[in-house]
Amino acid sequence: MKRAAAMTQTGASQAAVRTGGSTRWGRLWKNRWLYVLLAPGLLYFLVFKYVPMWGVLLAFQNFSPFHGFWKSEWVGFEHFRVFFTNPEFFMLLRNSLILSLYNLIFFFPAPIILALLLNEVRIALFKRTIQTLVYVPHFISMVIVASLTYVFLTTEGGLVNELLDKYFGFKISFLTEPEWFRPIIVLQTIWKECGFGTIIFLAALASVDVEQYEAAIIDGANRWRQIWHITLPAMRSTIVILLILRMGDVLDNGFEQIYLLLNPLNREVAEVFDTYVYFMGITQGAFSYSTAVGLFKAVVGIILVVGANWTAKKFGQSGIY
Amino acid sequence: MRYYRTVPGTIFDICNYLFLSLFALACILPFIYVFAGSFASDVELTRRAFFLIPQTFTTAAYEYIFSTATIVRSIGVSIYVTTVGTLINLFFTVTMAYALSKRHLAGRNFVLNLVVFSMLFSGGMIPTYLLVRELHLLDTYWALMLPGAISAFNLIIVKNFFQEFPTELEEAARIDGCSDLGVLWRIVLPLSAPVLATFTLFYAVGHWNNFYSALLYINEPAKWPLQVVLRQIVMLSQMAAGDLNAMDPNFEKPPDQSIKLAVIVVGTLPILLVYPFLQRHFAKGVLLGSVKG
Repeated sequence: MKRAAAMTQTGASQAAVRTGGSTRWGRLWKNRWLYVLLAPGLLYFLVFKYVPMWGVLLAFQNFSPFHGFWKSEWVGFEHFRVFFTNPEFFMLLRNSLILSLYNLIFFFPAPIILALLLNEVRIALFKRTIQTLVYVPHFISMVIVASLTYVFLTTEGGLVNELLDKYFGFKISFLTEPEWFRPIIVLQTIWKECGFGTIIFLAALASVDVEQYEAAIIDGANRWRQIWHITLPAMRSTIVILLILRMGDVLDNGFEQIYLLLNPLNREVAEVFDTYVYFMGITQGAFSYSTAVGLFKAVVGIILVVGANWTAKKFGQSGIY
Repeated sequence: MRYYRTVPGTIFDICNYLFLSLFALACILPFIYVFAGSFASDVELTRRAFFLIPQTFTTAAYEYIFSTATIVRSIGVSIYVTTVGTLINLFFTVTMAYALSKRHLAGRNFVLNLVVFSMLFSGGMIPTYLLVRELHLLDTYWALMLPGAISAFNLIIVKNFFQEFPTELEEAARIDGCSDLGVLWRIVLPLSAPVLATFTLFYAVGHWNNFYSALLYINEPAKWPLQVVLRQIVMLSQMAAGDLNAMDPNFEKPPDQSIKLAVIVVGTLPILLVYPFLQRHFAKGVLLGSVKG
């Protein structure tokens, strides 16, 4: 017994020397090329993702580029105090929340409904053609979308206004009047993202067992009942997950989309946290203050995602983690 | 068969097909209108409010655009950033994804957690801006290509794809004396061509459409990509001033509306040309398969 143990021991250490792969350093060396491959990407994440994370500490300083990070004075929650007592805070909060609410009510169901309708199409060629066409707007840049909006809605030669003028004799200043801003944003979002947004729902629907439908027909279910009892439940977990993610985004309003449509005339309803951070920080150089605003937004977002995830789990859904 | 024909069912079908057709039409009609309008003469533009097929034909707007230094230069910038930027994207994403696809790699889970966490929380606009500034990358093309070098989402999908590779392939190569790099270069990459092509297109489209980075990091007009110039022309009505043609008294500048429409076409056309190739990979379900995995 002892001799066998001694032999295996020698055998093991001999093997270690031979392959060099069973010690921890040996394994690292064996995989050295994989680590070389890993290095650039890892460096990227550390530099461009994790270093800026520490940048949120700027929110607690009076950062001055002249003094740099280490020598700027620390002011604690001063910027937050200033921000929350600023009358603009409520305007920003109101605008952000209302836009997100509109988005939730009008945009969120749109891809779901479109997916349901597409799912009911029998002719494969028609379905594929429609899909090809409705995915297009997703790939267009936001600048082009804003440009198209402008070209269609401007009072100077814009298509809609020209038609309005010709047949009804009046024009509407869509782009400058505050009451049109939110509907335009929502319609833009629907136009751009509804088609592409159906993909994830159609994927969920594709995994539904055909036999379920056949069983339902045998039981006498018509189209509506089939949709209600089979199709919709199949999408339920996807819908819940997307809703949770949307909760986390409630103060995020798509900077580019709003920035491109924002002007002094509709600022009252258009300005949101994202654009405020941009104007305060980049344009006016109030780095610490704008970082504080951004941090506030990020923290609220995390709280909401965690809260929504917890609520979803309470109701028996699987949540995102 | 999912259902047997009923009258209400057929009515529903007809309405459905109609609605879907209208919606699809709404998605592409703006492009047709803009395309048609960019070739129409100014007389026609003022006379007819809405048309899809122009009765007159002129390329004046395009001639003007392509003779304008500002616009041509910005197209060049966009092409440069799209090409080099996408190569950078591919390099960083593929190397890291391949390394992370090896389950036996020590430290793999730690790095994966780093990546996933970065999707949930980020420093935000200002700290990233200040970082770019500290690295002296402001007003350089690097600022348009480096901050977005890897999309964590893409990275994970590519990693999942590499994970699906049967280990027999790699073992067979190793028996023939292949190193880790060799396996990647000679075996995995050639077999991954369709997936890589898809992500190349995604990254490229992202670069071409990028406005945010240029807005934040580039102040020098000569370095503006097309999207920035596009916005200036269409939305701020700043027609490219100071170019040679504008100063030539004999050259008739086309009306603003024409120029705007033509510039929109120029900004959109590359995407539309590339779109069929993107679409093919959707149809194959390549993306869905990876997402599900």
